[in-house]
Amino acid sequence: MTASLNVRAVLLSAVILIVFLACWHFATRGTGVAATMDPEYAKLMGGQVTQGASAMPGPLEVGKQLWKHLANPFYDNGPNDKGLGIQLAYSIGRVLLGYSLAVIVAIPLGFIIGMSPLISRAVDPFIQVLKPISPLAWMPLALYTIKDSATSAIFVIFICAIWPMLINTAFGVASVRKEWVNVARTLEVGPIRRAFTVILPAAAPTILTGMRISIGIAWLVIVAAEMLVGGTGIGYFVWNEWNNLSITNVIIAILMIGVIGMIFDQILGRATRLVTFPE
Amino acid sequence: MTKFISIEGIARRYPGKSAGDTTTIFEDLWLSLDRGEFGCIIGHSGCGKTTVLNILAGLDAPSEGAVIVDGKEVVGTSLDRAVIFQSHALLPWRTVLGNVSFAVKSKWPSWSSAKIAEHARKFIELVGLAGSEHKRPSELSGGMKQRVGIARALSITPKMLLMDEPFSALDALTRGTLQDEVRRICLETGQTSFMITHDVDEAIFLADKIFLMTNGPGAVLAEIIQNPLPKERSRIDLHKHPHYYPVRNHIVDFLVTRSRTFLTTNPAHDTRDVPVISPGQPGQAPDEDEGPAIRLVANARS
Repeated sequence: MTASLNVRAVLLSAVILIVFLACWHFATRGTGVAATMDPEYAKLMGGQVTQGASAMPGPLEVGKQLWKHLANPFYDNGPNDKGLGIQLAYSIGRVLLGYSLAVIVAIPLGFIIGMSPLISRAVDPFIQVLKPISPLAWMPLALYTIKDSATSAIFVIFICAIWPMLINTAFGVASVRKEWVNVARTLEVGPIRRAFTVILPAAAPTILTGMRISIGIAWLVIVAAEMLVGGTGIGYFVWNEWNNLSITNVIIAILMIGVIGMIFDQILGRATRLVTFPE
Repeated sequence: MTKFISIEGIARRYPGKSAGDTTTIFEDLWLSLDRGEFGCIIGHSGCGKTTVLNILAGLDAPSEGAVIVDGKEVVGTSLDRAVIFQSHALLPWRTVLGNVSFAVKSKWPSWSSAKIAEHARKFIELVGLAGSEHKRPSELSGGMKQRVGIARALSITPKMLLMDEPFSALDALTRGTLQDEVRRICLETGQTSFMITHDVDEAIFLADKIFLMTNGPGAVLAEIIQNPLPKERSRIDLHKHPHYYPVRNHIVDFLVTRSRTFLTTNPAHDTRDVPVISPGQPGQAPDEDEGPAIRLVANARS
């Protein structure tokens, strides 16, 4: 029964996709000749006026362009013309760097907060104030203090990725079942061994969930940060193509951002399943 | 004679709602147990049974008094005292072998992993779980989980076994089998054991001494029952022994009425010198003279 459910779900997904592409295609196709004019003049005017085509590219156009990008993703023709692969690699690199720094800081810190009710209460107001700040609001401050736009972007990723991991780690560590802690206590397990053999495995599913939320936010923020910072990256690519009025490339970039975000999420989802234990 | 376990005048108080106000769970508790003896505490919820056990384990500290085990005061937990938890408390991400090995490694950190596994296997076999070493707790039944809990506790060869209602979450059949096993293991190894239970029959079957607590808050130890049943008792024909019903009725009566009224009807009760009785033996408390038949009716009513 589950197999047939899967098959039906895939079929339905395909139908939804086809319907969407068809609507898109018919909504953006040309309506034939729209205006009669001097052929010399028509050449200057483009399809919108001469054939009544929409300024929005259709799916076939986007598909063709996407194929071109995928066929040659790593070309580099100077600062404003780099392959999609290079731009994505820049963004992924920044996200992973900022995110790794956040992991290194948030998980040990979350451990300490989770273990100590005193520290937990003491730092709670700071976390509550810092958490809702839009990561981009840090950008001017980062640019002023770091004086380097590339590092500032990484800092912004770091600051936005840290909170969900910190809060989930602290929560996971604080809510480890008392009985497991008592087992460790009656067995006189030392604090380091207790942290690694009891608390970490018990809190791992919650910590991984925090990490999954964080990578999602980091990937959301990098696009906006790169639009501000410029130079390289998929966010810069989107903005640059908007300035070029290449809506086709903008759509392709949007699609790629979605796909990469999904891959990040899936990887952490798998990892979460690995550390989740049935009770 | 020096006692192996000696609880000396312990009390546990918690701060009350208003400042300076305290709630006393139990007070001035004195009791002792010899090496190799099996002690059971019976009392209603709220009389501090679990707190007594936690204090013995070193997980909790008394507000007053002290506990002395084997000539040393209990301060904090110790690998000499193993606890079998009510909810088995197995680590769900570890296998059966992993759970027992965790305890073995805690006791003997310098052992090689092969030696740890071998030692752990011995105890898994002792509780009858050979062949399930690589299962995770989620794949085991409630009874099997508690067997792992027992194996884990025994594997560190403690001087003393502490059990907090270890069988209360199990069905009657499983409970019976596990009681048999615990009794067999305790007799074989001469383990000093201390158990909390709600189950009167369990206490009569397992315990040498049964400690009756009055109701909390402000609970005290009311009586100590020296179990009159022979050491070679079996669960199957326990109820046929002439002393069985006197003991059982005495405990049930205590739980039904006297645990509530004990302190008002016995104002001169000395918590340091608690009466030791043995119902069914000549010259004991009056209720055993009524005979099993009458008491059965009374028992059914209660």
